[in-house]
Amino acid sequence: MKNMESLKKLNRGQKAVIARLESADDIRRRLQDMGLIEGTSVECVGKSPLGDPAAYLVRGAVIALRSQESDRIFIRYAE
Amino acid sequence: MGLSRESVGIQSLDRGLVIVKQDEGDRVVALAGNPNVGKSTVFNELTGMHQHTGNWPGKTVANAQGYCRHRDRGYVLVDIPGCYSLLAHSAEEEVARDFICFGNPDAVVVVCDATCLERNLNLVIQVLEAVPRTVVCVNLMDEAEKKKLTLDLELLEKRLKVPVVGAAARSGRGLTELMDAVEAVCGYGDVKPLVVEYPDYLEDAIKKLMPVVQELCPDWPNPRWLCARLLDADAGLLEALSQSLGVELMQEERLVYCLARIKGDLEQDEIGERQRKDDVAASFVKKAEEVCDGVVHCTVSSYNKRDRKLDRLFTSRATGFPIMLLLLCGVFWLTITGANYPSELLSKGLFWIEDRLLELAAGSIFPVWLTDLLICGVYRVVAWIISVMLPPMAIFFPLFTLLEDFGYLPRVAFNLDKCFQKCCACGKQALTMCQGKSGLRRPGVSHLLRALRFLFLSYTQSHLLPGAAARRPALEFPYRNAPQTH
Repeated sequence: MKNMESLKKLNRGQKAVIARLESADDIRRRLQDMGLIEGTSVECVGKSPLGDPAAYLVRGAVIALRSQESDRIFIRYAE
Repeated sequence: MGLSRESVGIQSLDRGLVIVKQDEGDRVVALAGNPNVGKSTVFNELTGMHQHTGNWPGKTVANAQGYCRHRDRGYVLVDIPGCYSLLAHSAEEEVARDFICFGNPDAVVVVCDATCLERNLNLVIQVLEAVPRTVVCVNLMDEAEKKKLTLDLELLEKRLKVPVVGAAARSGRGLTELMDAVEAVCGYGDVKPLVVEYPDYLEDAIKKLMPVVQELCPDWPNPRWLCARLLDADAGLLEALSQSLGVELMQEERLVYCLARIKGDLEQDEIGERQRKDDVAASFVKKAEEVCDGVVHCTVSSYNKRDRKLDRLFTSRATGFPIMLLLLCGVFWLTITGANYPSELLSKGLFWIEDRLLELAAGSIFPVWLTDLLICGVYRVVAWIISVMLPPMAIFFPLFTLLEDFGYLPRVAFNLDKCFQKCCACGKQALTMCQGKSGLRRPGVSHLLRALRFLFLSYTQSHLLPGAAARRPALEFPYRNAPQTH
């Protein structure tokens, strides 16, 4: 699909919408519990000094995701 | 608690939880909620206990049971491990699910975090779908006010059709109202559970399954929920269900056949297990979104500018590590230099007492070997330990608590996660490392600190000290129970 990038590529301050989750079962469920499903908008609010993990604003809460996880979450840009 | 105390045990499945009622008429109330929403604070405030209610996988709910009286009626409160979902995929979530769904509580209180209500509603909706006798307690209203969030709880109540109570458990606000609501809810007769709309194919499947389920368990108050769960039940859920229904579900041919046929039909339409599970999870999230719409008004963004700036400062490439080092060094410096003065005072005082004791002993009838043993042996050692260890501990721990209350510790974990990932560990262990190091600087302190490490780590997850309720760390890791990848 065109326009599909992984969440990992999102820079600080950028916003996007979740297009697809490719995470494995265990973490997948947990992400869904935190409200991360297709169509959820996310904003990257910061990266740690070493670039991994990164913090994302999801439904009013900030969660930290390691790049191995955010790499398996695909996004499309809002515009 | 008198001598006439009567114990009525309700066995909660095989978890070994025995509810201890003090009176026949006592009601059992389950306290559920996401981790870190102040559940333990609500529990402790209501029961007057200072129970250490940390949650980690495998911790049974049996440890967290308290008693409270409200308007001449006793309530047994059961603090359930924090969880995000009843679609269990970890030990603690299984404990939570089993108690809420099959433990037959008279009422369930779901504690929510007012500062991120929508995510909390996910669990609320799952609980409401299973147990309609529920009160929603929106805790941390004070935090929400600080963040300039206004919540329309009346609207929320109207949508959920159960009592919604705003509270700030730390200051005891709203807890009487909460218990009033619990009292009211316990008195409800048959109440209709909240209906969560699933995608059409799941609704069809539920319809097909319904007659079988109704025939199998005619007394189950909530067949729709049962059908929805059976469609994707794992072994653990089936076992819990069978036990609670008194029917060996997987031995029932009609049910097994019906389930197999439904699944077969769905596979034919290329709807696999993963998609079904995804769609169920999404249904809850969407329902939460729908319910929450218009309930939370924020005059500024929930993650406001000040938070943003601070986070930038604490975690950016340029300033993250320097600030962290500075803060940790500051803490150590304060601990070490600060402890010297009280240490000296203490040792002076304690050894002055030792001299007096020796003088006293010299004039007494006790043999010399005994006074030597007690005063020069036991007393002196205790005096040393106290004067060397007490001051650094008394400085170090409050300082760390301060950093925790400020929400800095999760940022440390955030900054260090990658380093620890490389060592096949998780950033959260950084705290433990800090403590080990600080201890090594001061011989003697290290042993005690090591013993206290466990205590401290559990403490960082809950609030051991009354009144020292942690400010919310607005940063969470979803990995708590995920297997570590090496």
